[in-house]
Amino acid sequence: MIWDQKAECMPHKEREELQLERLKRIVKYAYDNVPFYKKRFKEAKVKPEHIQGLKDIQKLPFTEKADLREGYPFGMFAVPRKDIVEVHTSSGTTGKPVVAGYTRNDIDLWSEAMARALTMAGTSRDEIIQNCYGYGLFTGGLGVHYGAQRIGATVVPISAGQTKRQIQIMVDFGTTILTSTPSYALYLAESAEEEGLSKRVKLKAGVFGAEMWTERMREELEKRFRLHALNIYGLTEIIGPGVAQECMEKSGLHIAEDLFFPEVVSPDNLEPLAEGEKGELVITTLTREGMPMIRFRTKDLTSLTRGKCKCGRTLVKMSRITGRSDDMLKIRGVIVFPSSIEKALLAVKGVEPHYQIIITRPHHLDEIEVQVEVSQKMFSDEVRRIEETRKNIEDSIEAEIGLRVKVTLVEPKSLPRSEGKAKRVIDKRAL
Amino acid sequence: MKVKQISIFLENKQGHLLEVVDALAKAKINIRALSIADTSEFGILRIIVPDPEAAKKALKKGGFTFNENDIIAVGVSDTPGGLAKALAVLSEEGINVEYLYAFVSKAEEKAVVVLKTDKLESSIKTLKKAGISIIPPKEVYSL
Repeated sequence: MIWDQKAECMPHKEREELQLERLKRIVKYAYDNVPFYKKRFKEAKVKPEHIQGLKDIQKLPFTEKADLREGYPFGMFAVPRKDIVEVHTSSGTTGKPVVAGYTRNDIDLWSEAMARALTMAGTSRDEIIQNCYGYGLFTGGLGVHYGAQRIGATVVPISAGQTKRQIQIMVDFGTTILTSTPSYALYLAESAEEEGLSKRVKLKAGVFGAEMWTERMREELEKRFRLHALNIYGLTEIIGPGVAQECMEKSGLHIAEDLFFPEVVSPDNLEPLAEGEKGELVITTLTREGMPMIRFRTKDLTSLTRGKCKCGRTLVKMSRITGRSDDMLKIRGVIVFPSSIEKALLAVKGVEPHYQIIITRPHHLDEIEVQVEVSQKMFSDEVRRIEETRKNIEDSIEAEIGLRVKVTLVEPKSLPRSEGKAKRVIDKRAL
Repeated sequence: MKVKQISIFLENKQGHLLEVVDALAKAKINIRALSIADTSEFGILRIIVPDPEAAKKALKKGGFTFNENDIIAVGVSDTPGGLAKALAVLSEEGINVEYLYAFVSKAEEKAVVVLKTDKLESSIKTLKKAGISIIPPKEVYSL
């Protein structure tokens, strides 16, 4: 199913023309209406009329989260405050929140982008969406809500929490689409099993995002809930969820590039990278009124692939986010992404993705401890076998990241379960 | 002739053993025999109870990680050399003992040795052949 056949399946060339036309307009609009951009452009000695082709975007300066914080709260708005009909803030996983303002047209744009995303996951008017993303300042809840409303599906605006009730409602209402963070979905699956209600859950697809996850987690979710587990991507600075979404091919997320222009640059020197090369995703909003973003550095690491997808869409695909250029950990000088540890962990049979990474520096040397909950499958009455599994996990992590870590087994459910973004890393180093 | 034993994962933290024992006590489950295997990081509590199903239910409710395994209960005379004889016949057959623990029965003048070997079936045959008494589950549960 495709929500906007024209926009999503348009020939590449034709879309480029549309992108260029929109880019020219938004750059001029930002320059004329946001003092921040005018100042930045002047410093970089560029003018809106320098944009003649899509490649010319590379002449423009980047925008960073810090710039948005500096403009706190409304400094990045391009319209008078009275034209802003809604504000959101980023969930603040990495520092102080930033404020995003939406005009009525922006809400419309967002609803369209989300309607496309949810349709990609098979949502039509016939479906019942249980939306476990938090409603409120976080964009997840309302973003999904707007998209579902645009489609005309039945939304259950339940937000996160009250897990037992979530499962009861899922069974009683016959929920078919679940939207939540992948870690919370897993928690729901676990609880459904405990309640003995797994078999009565009728989910067809899950739209999972707002945190990094892995293919192994997809397998786990698909097996436990018998659904299609699909990746969604978005960020408050750009619009919220709906920037990109995976189709049933499950081989990358289609970016709504007629609305959000993507680039991938090297995190080291910010030079543009070729198709297929992994780097930092940079996005320019092509149509946003309230708060245009020019070359916003998402800090999310991905790569882009072009080509017609089996689903019929011509929209460029980005690979699953594998890390952030700013949350990579430096352990004894080695760059380590928490996602690599997760990947290694889940490669060991019987291990469930409930873990926490604790970094300490006891004797001037970094140490990583990975606490893993003991699952039923890992457990044995023999110490030897449990030790074997523990060692297998250590070996698997070492093979993946090149560092020996200490794996500690902890009791099930002893690690905090998140209802939003899972806190996986605890850095206790005093640096 | 195999007896059901329940093994429970214990994180090495204060009060964790108490939590398990408490959960069983609340479910009115009497522990017939118990042993703890421990490493520096975790422990395994192994117990034998009269009603393994009820115990499993209580443990599940408590959110513990556990499993059920088969073990053999052997009655050895409470005299020097009693255990040695049982171990010798197993060793001759090339059977490895994974772990064992013992308790004394109230009713008989016998020590009860709980054995887990890598080959349970052939262990039973071997022990029987050597005339060593294997205590049937019913009796173990009601000791």
